[in-house]
Amino acid sequence: MNKRNLTLLLVVVAMLVLSALPIARAQDDVFRVAAVAPSATNDLAFSQSMFDALTLLKSEMGDGFDFVFQEGTFVVDDAAVALREWASSGEYDLIIAHGSQYGSIIEELAPEFPETSFAWGTDVNTFGLNNVFAYTAASDQGGFLNGAMAAYMSESGIIGVVGPIEVGDAKLYVDGFVAGAQAVNPDVQVLVNYIGSFSDVTLATEAANTFVSNGADILTGSAQMVTGAIAVAKDNGLLWFGTQASQADLAEGAGVMFQVYRWDVILKDMIEKIQGGTLGGEAYTITLANGGLQMVMGQAGN
Amino acid sequence: MIENILAPSVFATCLRLSTPYLFAGIGEMFGQRSGMLNLGVEGVMLMGAFFAHYVVLNTGSLLLGVIAALVVGLVMGVAIAFVNVTLKAEQGISGIGVYLFGLGMSELLFKTLVGTPRSVSGFPPLHIPVLSDIEFLGIGQIFFQHNLLVYVAFALVPISAYVLRRTPLGLMIRAVGQTPEAADAMGINVARVRYMTVIFGAMMAGLAGASLSIALLNVFQQNLTSGLGFIAIALVYFGRWRPVGVMSGALLFSFVNALQLQISAIGIDVPSEFAVMAPYVITIIALVFASKQTEKPTALTKPFDRGE
Repeated sequence: MNKRNLTLLLVVVAMLVLSALPIARAQDDVFRVAAVAPSATNDLAFSQSMFDALTLLKSEMGDGFDFVFQEGTFVVDDAAVALREWASSGEYDLIIAHGSQYGSIIEELAPEFPETSFAWGTDVNTFGLNNVFAYTAASDQGGFLNGAMAAYMSESGIIGVVGPIEVGDAKLYVDGFVAGAQAVNPDVQVLVNYIGSFSDVTLATEAANTFVSNGADILTGSAQMVTGAIAVAKDNGLLWFGTQASQADLAEGAGVMFQVYRWDVILKDMIEKIQGGTLGGEAYTITLANGGLQMVMGQAGN
Repeated sequence: MIENILAPSVFATCLRLSTPYLFAGIGEMFGQRSGMLNLGVEGVMLMGAFFAHYVVLNTGSLLLGVIAALVVGLVMGVAIAFVNVTLKAEQGISGIGVYLFGLGMSELLFKTLVGTPRSVSGFPPLHIPVLSDIEFLGIGQIFFQHNLLVYVAFALVPISAYVLRRTPLGLMIRAVGQTPEAADAMGINVARVRYMTVIFGAMMAGLAGASLSIALLNVFQQNLTSGLGFIAIALVYFGRWRPVGVMSGALLFSFVNALQLQISAIGIDVPSEFAVMAPYVITIIALVFASKQTEKPTALTKPFDRGE
């Protein structure tokens, strides 16, 4: 064997060793999760709910758990790049696409990496793939409770709802809220405005202002663009009901009750399944009954 | 029914919604009249919004908040002018760079320095004595019960129209935007005029951001402006590079938005998709029927080279 061939052989061996490394790392004792989410980890809503769950798991499992989190990927193509990179690296035991807009990426990616487990939500569709988990929130349950309480507390009988786009857990929440309010007081007026955006804080704020000038004394809303609406409630002496994450600190004296998503409840089950060799094929729903949904009181609720 | 739909509060909402468009749009208009396109308005707005909010959160002083937004605009304006005027960069590309910088940097600073969305006590409504009490047609509520920045934004319209039309400075700006070679031959320092307009435009964009974070919304979060800066640029084209035109566009767009909010608030069932679409559709229709007479600067986006 001449010198050149020997060098070539060494390079090939080195490449083989290097390419095998990530697989070797995935087989160590640390459970590694990678997650992508559309908005910021401090959005007081959807993305934060997943980030908080993973942070909680990290604090409970310590060195046995690790995660990376790609936030703010509202461009679906950007999320696709991150998800593919993580899958190709072979370093992760579970890859989470936290947003219903990422479904088609998972459907395409999961069959290519049958040894990797994927999870996505909010949805119930696992695409018939045995390495895909789906998860969703029965947000209508907490919505119903919030709505019932709101109708009970409302003096003007007018309640304003600021919604994003009429889909997914936002729609579930709003529908549940309306049903809850009407169950307590059939005469209560629940006015709903879907502003057509998950991010337009300005329009969401003015939607809240418009409800105020039409006599609403209670406001609620879903998704990350409601921060300005919460400020409107606070500044005008109205009450606020929230969902997805606790907004009690921002709402201060205006916050009554918040439905909080506890994804850690189902993530724990997923981790156990993956460690036992089951990589997917199941759809989860967080509910009040299984502890995945929790009602948290704000200052005005105590 | 109609008096419910067209309640005074709808017009008041319309004026509030127009405010950030006026600041950002009129600032951008000055830049464009001198031949400089700044596609990065949104990025400067985000930085202005963040710093105004951060300063008010920590000092409680609204004046300092406004100054912070203006200073951020000034600094970014100098950088934009240096890249576009001195280095003669492709303005469309550099503008996208400014946008992405502002988007990422404001989020990073927010995350590091503040952490989670928090509200501040922003500019309170300023009831103008006597006038705010006029009940006839709701005039008091519509025009005279706003926060200070709303009045400033609308005052900017006649002032900038006057500056552009009736002052030597306005003449210089227009000359530089139409025929920079001729302006240069007449002894006007083209680069200096362009630096001025770009910096002024960026300062107004900073103020537009502040009008959101410490006057209208009183919160800051990731991507707070959500495309508002790009609509402001479109309004400059819509308004055919005239202050009153920019204001008309801002008012029309905001009015349709305010109207769709009111229609939902009084319980009229309109499909939400239609309501969301309406402002854009109506603005486009208005554009089709609007006067074709334009003052588009012929040297827009063209760097000036003295050819020495």
